Amino acid sequence: MAINKKIMAYRRQNGRVGVRNHVVILPVDDISNACAEKVAAMVPGTLCLPHAYGRLQFGEDLDLFFRTMIGTGSNANVAAAVVIGIEPGWTQKIVDGIKKTGKPVEGFAIERRGDLQTAADAARVAQKLLQDASEIQRTPCDFKELYISVKCGESDTTTGLSSCPTVGNVLDKHCEIGGMASFGETSELTGGEHIVKAKAANKEVEAKFTAMFDDYQKLVFEQRAGSDLSESQPTKGNIIGGLTTIEEKALGNIEKLGKRTKFIDALQPAEEPKRGPGLYFMDTSSAAAEAVTLWAASGAVVHLFPTGQGNVIGNPIEPVIKLSGNPITCKTMREHIDLDVSAILRGEMTVDQAGDALIELITRTANGRLTCAEALGHREFVMTKLYRSA
Amino acid sequence: MIQFLVHEKKDTVGVAVVDVKAGESLEGRSLDSNETVKAKANMDIPLGHKIALKDFKTGDDVVKYGVVVGRVVQPIKQGDHVHVHNVKTKRWA
Repeated sequence: MAINKKIMAYRRQNGRVGVRNHVVILPVDDISNACAEKVAAMVPGTLCLPHAYGRLQFGEDLDLFFRTMIGTGSNANVAAAVVIGIEPGWTQKIVDGIKKTGKPVEGFAIERRGDLQTAADAARVAQKLLQDASEIQRTPCDFKELYISVKCGESDTTTGLSSCPTVGNVLDKHCEIGGMASFGETSELTGGEHIVKAKAANKEVEAKFTAMFDDYQKLVFEQRAGSDLSESQPTKGNIIGGLTTIEEKALGNIEKLGKRTKFIDALQPAEEPKRGPGLYFMDTSSAAAEAVTLWAASGAVVHLFPTGQGNVIGNPIEPVIKLSGNPITCKTMREHIDLDVSAILRGEMTVDQAGDALIELITRTANGRLTCAEALGHREFVMTKLYRSA
Repeated sequence: MIQFLVHEKKDTVGVAVVDVKAGESLEGRSLDSNETVKAKANMDIPLGHKIALKDFKTGDDVVKYGVVVGRVVQPIKQGDHVHVHNVKTKRWA
């Protein structure tokens, strides 16, 4: 079967396997985006990752910021990185974090030089890194070396019937051969949390998950201002697709976790898995771009994204493979759907067959085939912010 | 050809997998037992939307995936369209 075949991928200095070979230009903060974009414009082929934050954050929120920045640069889909910040302190902290992977990384600070000189200096380095990266060859690696993240979006009742169970089937097969995977969407487990708890590998993992889940419930309850959140959860798109309540949405979502696999740890947002092969829960928002950005920062190199009504998300670091079982979406939004599993709804395809088809597509994507989102230029890089800055 | 699917045998709603018209007699399948389930639609039910497999009173639970997914807020007849107009969440309220 395809899952036992070799993939052709990039083995990085630290042994990690990546499927893309990006040279990223990483701004440390919002006001360094313009300079970073100048570098990327001078050296086409590099990948700039502008974002909205990085100033005056503190505490747990600042920790998450550094974890996301360093994790993004450290991802095995990244060959090399240029970091550009307004001042040298936080810039160097991010450079040092990425450097631990052994990959080439250099930092530049704008103060005392200005955007133009900084961009010129950084561009010379970026050019060399890009040319060096272009010589790196793909080598045979095992499918199980792929760290896969999973999250659905614009769900409807077809996701719970077809595309989510398909992903669950792949997770079971991947984890059985010694692969690594992660799921999350803390708020969208509401109504099925007892099922997730029963999938914890032991009491310690269950307690860790429960603390994160309860914390989110408390936040929602405190911030809801008398609302039952029915204006946001399910989303308007979910409702058009036939989902009525958060509980119903959660149960469809949980189909992605497979039937046999237990999860072995509960991770902070953007935290790297450290307990070896297996399935991990990560405490994430259920908003697609935020969540996938966190998984890419934790090291995931391929993302599986079931959709019902047609979420169009992509990510600059990890390819996002979209699958749908909604025949209307597969027809009307076909440029966004990598795998059509609507035959499950017609009773013409089993979930197991759909899982094998998805494994085949993951293999082709890992070997270099562009996803729909990559081909269409979807590069949503969205940092998660926990609270207001100082 | 089937017109609706039921996740588990104890579910009280099914999911239309085609656009269903009022008055149609429907054939469905239970995914866990593979048994055939019959129903008759009282109203149009779009693809992906739910059909009631029994009569419900206000306050009754709705079961899908074998789990409670909401509470009934106005009476529902077997064969009716089940959605946000007659079912609400039991959470965060």
